[in-house]
Amino acid sequence: MSDSILNSIILLASLGTIAAVVLYIVSKKFYVYEDPLIAEVDDLLPAANCAGCGSPGCKAFAEKLVATDDISDLFCPVGGNEVMKSIANLLGKEVNEKEPMVAVLLCNGSCEVRPKTTQFQGPDSCAISAMIFSGETDCQYGCLGKGECVDACDFEAMYMDKETGLPVIITDQCTACGACVAACPKDIIEMRPKNKRDLKIYVACMNQEKGGIAKKACSVACIGCSKCLKVCPSEAITIDNFLAYIDADACTLCRKCVEVCPTHAIIETNFPPKKVKVKTHFNASPSQSKVELKTENDA
Amino acid sequence: MLKTFPKGGIHPEENKLTSTKEIKKLPTPKIVYVPISQHIGIPSEIIVAKKEKVQIGQVIAKSAGFVSSNIHAPVAGTVTKLDKIIDSSGYKKQCIVIKTDEKDPSNYEDIVYPLKTEIILSPKEILQRITDSGIVGLGGATFPSHVKLNVNKDKKIDHLLINGVECEPYLTADHRLMLERAKEIVIGVKILLHALHIEKAIIGIENNKKNAIQNFKKLTKNDKGIQVASLAVKYPQGGEKQLVRAVLKREVPKNRLPLDVGVIVHNVGTIYAIYQAVQHNKPLIERVVTVTGKKLEDPSNYWVKIGTPIQNLLDEVGGIPENTSKILNGGPMMGKAVKDTHAPVTKATSGIVLIADDEASRGKAINCIRCGECVYVCPMGLEPHLLMNLTEKHLWERAKSEDIMTCIECGSCSYVCPSHRPLLDYILFGKKLSKN
Repeated sequence: MSDSILNSIILLASLGTIAAVVLYIVSKKFYVYEDPLIAEVDDLLPAANCAGCGSPGCKAFAEKLVATDDISDLFCPVGGNEVMKSIANLLGKEVNEKEPMVAVLLCNGSCEVRPKTTQFQGPDSCAISAMIFSGETDCQYGCLGKGECVDACDFEAMYMDKETGLPVIITDQCTACGACVAACPKDIIEMRPKNKRDLKIYVACMNQEKGGIAKKACSVACIGCSKCLKVCPSEAITIDNFLAYIDADACTLCRKCVEVCPTHAIIETNFPPKKVKVKTHFNASPSQSKVELKTENDA
Repeated sequence: MLKTFPKGGIHPEENKLTSTKEIKKLPTPKIVYVPISQHIGIPSEIIVAKKEKVQIGQVIAKSAGFVSSNIHAPVAGTVTKLDKIIDSSGYKKQCIVIKTDEKDPSNYEDIVYPLKTEIILSPKEILQRITDSGIVGLGGATFPSHVKLNVNKDKKIDHLLINGVECEPYLTADHRLMLERAKEIVIGVKILLHALHIEKAIIGIENNKKNAIQNFKKLTKNDKGIQVASLAVKYPQGGEKQLVRAVLKREVPKNRLPLDVGVIVHNVGTIYAIYQAVQHNKPLIERVVTVTGKKLEDPSNYWVKIGTPIQNLLDEVGGIPENTSKILNGGPMMGKAVKDTHAPVTKATSGIVLIADDEASRGKAINCIRCGECVYVCPMGLEPHLLMNLTEKHLWERAKSEDIMTCIECGSCSYVCPSHRPLLDYILFGKKLSKN
């Protein structure tokens, strides 16, 4: 009886010793040196693995950060400037401070203003419906409303508004990783600077048709009338193919273009209501509804 | 037993409502919109300017490469615009807009060419004529015909197959052409035999077109080189590979062409266009279009000038009937729904089919029940359910190794799926993305 206990103890102990020796030899023989910095940098990164930086994941990005001498071009959109600064301190390299960005939907064609003229019965996929035809409305540039961008978002920063049929971006949650931009077959999501207090002015339209045709398809389409171009004091607006575009870097957020736009295609977000009474429907722009939705979400 | 292909295939309701209706001439439209990309390959180059006057049959867009095709003015008139015009998918495509000159008699006269049986041109001249006349495959794929006919010398071709199958339900354009222009088609076949230096031609026709079969048998009684094969009715027998298998019992290997097994296949519509080009020097500016639908009072077949708005055709048959919810460009199996009826008829338009409310709905897609129906009917021996899953998961490499690229897009899988799954939509998407 005592023999069998003794035997098994000896057997297990010797097996363990042999395994330990083998493991030790293997670990020495096949040892791969990894810079301990990589693990440290990886710890600092947000571990979202969203690929917003261009690398396939946070670990790969950490490797890239350690290996590259000049990291001023590299940026983690999720972590932002704070994370980049702490990484720069750790590595003793320099980073450029970047303005935080946020995704913006360049289409305001809700069901109400952009009537559906056809019906699509195929799969619920933007990419497939874009491949088959130009969309259920008469605008071939606008949102298809199947929500592939919402599916692509890893940060729960988007949802589909059932009333408008358009995706809504919750700016506080958006990390500007760019997954939605890549998912959209119509290229109507753009990254724009977040600015202070999330103040933004942009043309929420991609329609490159002549004014009449664009307006017929969607009542809030940009018709390329160039009124905004004339009124802009900082030359931030360009018009190409009957479509205005506001350069976010040059824009001073003066809101003059918003006032003159005859189709309300230019949208302002999160500005306090103007003291001088303009027209009531300017204040009722989606920016306001977005703020309300946000507060609901916070609660 | 009648010949047919062994693997897969389905039997959709035929609905050939217009098989007894003679081909009428559609009145010349006031304005034509001619797209510059009506064929597979590089879009043609526009060689006319705005406000330029063009004659009927004049080249207005030149072939821009080997796999490309000339495009001719379908009417005499003035070029009013070189603009992007909405096509049947709703996207805008580059078009040449020509306003018809109403005083020019050539727009309205109906020239009946006398039958010309003698073949004077040499093989080289024939090929040149076909290239110049902008002839493309009129069966639906619109592959430039001269590319098909430019055979490498080390490839041995022994058979010319004429595709008169028209397996799509509803469509009768080829059927009517085979009845009304049979003599011309036979000469067209002889022209190609002469040009390609081959001896044997077989005209493949499905058994539901008995009058066409008899007609051809009578006409080719004294021609030893030309045979008529009567085939069992099965969709998609009009596919090149299926037809070669059915008629000659030769299997075309995957990623290969019928050329590799010694066969060249041409549609009867193409043969008629070749006859006109070679014997009468008439370019491809019109084609037969079937306008049909169960609710239409007078569905019929028409000779339509390329570039005519689809709306003109619908007006001719008495407008869109009530409760129509789908207008198809092409047949119900492979055709695409038209988004805007002002889109022009192109060289690919074989029919306009109007589907009523009660038949238009696709049904709600539910989960795959693994019944294997789609695998059973796939004429290419693929596994459509698997290809759809792979596409959904964006596994392009795997999809490619499962031969997604060999799919002929016949839609049999979507047709039989009891769960109404959009198999073909996903496979098309997968094909597009697996290419890169």
